[in-house]
Amino acid sequence: MLRYVYAHDLPRHPKLAQSMFQDRADQFKTRLGWDVDVDDAGEERDSYDALDPLYVIWENSNGTHGGSMRFLPSTGPIMVNDVFPQLTGNQPICSPLIWECTRFCLSRESSGNVAGALTLGGLEIMRNFNIAHFAGVFDRRMVRIYRSLGFSPEVVGTMGQGRDRICLGLWDYSLEAYQRVALRAGLTTELSTLWFDLSFGGIGMPGPVAMVG
Amino acid sequence: MAPKVNLDFILEMLDAASTVDGLREIVERVCESFGVDHAMYHWVDSAGDHYYFGTYKDEWVARYQEKSYVRVDPVIIGCYQRFHPVDWRRLDWSSKPAREFMQDARDHDVGNQGYSIPIRGPKGQFALFTVSNNCDDATWDNFIERHSRDLILMGHYLNRKVLEFEPDRGPGQVQPLSPREIDALTLLAMGYSRAQVAQTLSISEHTLRVYIESARFKLGAINTTHAIARALSLGLIII
Repeated sequence: MLRYVYAHDLPRHPKLAQSMFQDRADQFKTRLGWDVDVDDAGEERDSYDALDPLYVIWENSNGTHGGSMRFLPSTGPIMVNDVFPQLTGNQPICSPLIWECTRFCLSRESSGNVAGALTLGGLEIMRNFNIAHFAGVFDRRMVRIYRSLGFSPEVVGTMGQGRDRICLGLWDYSLEAYQRVALRAGLTTELSTLWFDLSFGGIGMPGPVAMVG
Repeated sequence: MAPKVNLDFILEMLDAASTVDGLREIVERVCESFGVDHAMYHWVDSAGDHYYFGTYKDEWVARYQEKSYVRVDPVIIGCYQRFHPVDWRRLDWSSKPAREFMQDARDHDVGNQGYSIPIRGPKGQFALFTVSNNCDDATWDNFIERHSRDLILMGHYLNRKVLEFEPDRGPGQVQPLSPREIDALTLLAMGYSRAQVAQTLSISEHTLRVYIESARFKLGAINTTHAIARALSLGLIII
């Protein structure tokens, strides 16, 4: 299932959190060879994890991490503005309606549609919180993967050459994209909505309106 | 609950405001603009001090403080440390103190529906911008659908202004626009359609929307027309 968890709530899901940071070390350091910090417990964290971001996490049936990504609003510190300013022409992206998505990660054992489920989680955020756009920096090889998931960004900046080439992409919310991604991920929008509501509370659940009178 | 007042007017007032009292009046106008019963703005500065202004009855504000409702209020608990907008119906009202608090709030005409925008500012500053209303679920769904993005922007603009009043900060300056943002606004100001602007700049309309979005926020504008007017009046674009 998909869980939406702020960093300050990760201690309530210790197994999920530990395996997420370990899978990140495995993906970004071991497999991709990025220059990232891995601690003695084999967990990868950076300074943005300390800013209390929102994670979307695929939880396997045994409670471990299957894949995840991380969101922060562009009104605060974000990676594209701080680390890759060349990608935006040195002018920071800044709007409460644009969130940055980083650390898209899949565990080695993940089945094919975890990536699709995570993408659907991103769209669920856009749909429910009225977030118009996501921005993200990614390896050029991801372009093809995003396309296959049914949610392609527009590449608006690139830097580096060959294997090291990285891109800045912008994603735009649409209802069509939401439905297309769900279809490709093999998930119903009802199930996706249910997962979202389990994390954020559901409007259809007994709430203030039902409780009084 | 259709907006009765032009939001541009609110933003002009916001520009001109030079005191916290000026903001108080703006919050009252926000309420009229969006056609809701109440609007309120609450912030905790970097020193940990709380400030509040809004349209709730004085009696309710006093009672809230007297009862220390900040400890049980699901809106505060559910928004603190978050950055996503919160529909009150999604909050956990299941505990007895929360239910009693809700009844008390309703008895003081706070309304049965609410929408709150948490805002994380610099150095631990935190603010909450809220609108509340008395209406059924379908009406509120429709209201959120139509106005959520405007409310998010409004909350951030108010907060940006409040930060200017913090002791160690000078008047806010508009963040510089990027060359692409300037190009986009200039062409729009010249009367080009979005499609023509996108074609001229060799970008998709989708990317154009992001440039406009970013420029709009930097300029404190509620829509594209307003963003263009502001950029022109600030001399950021010239046609």
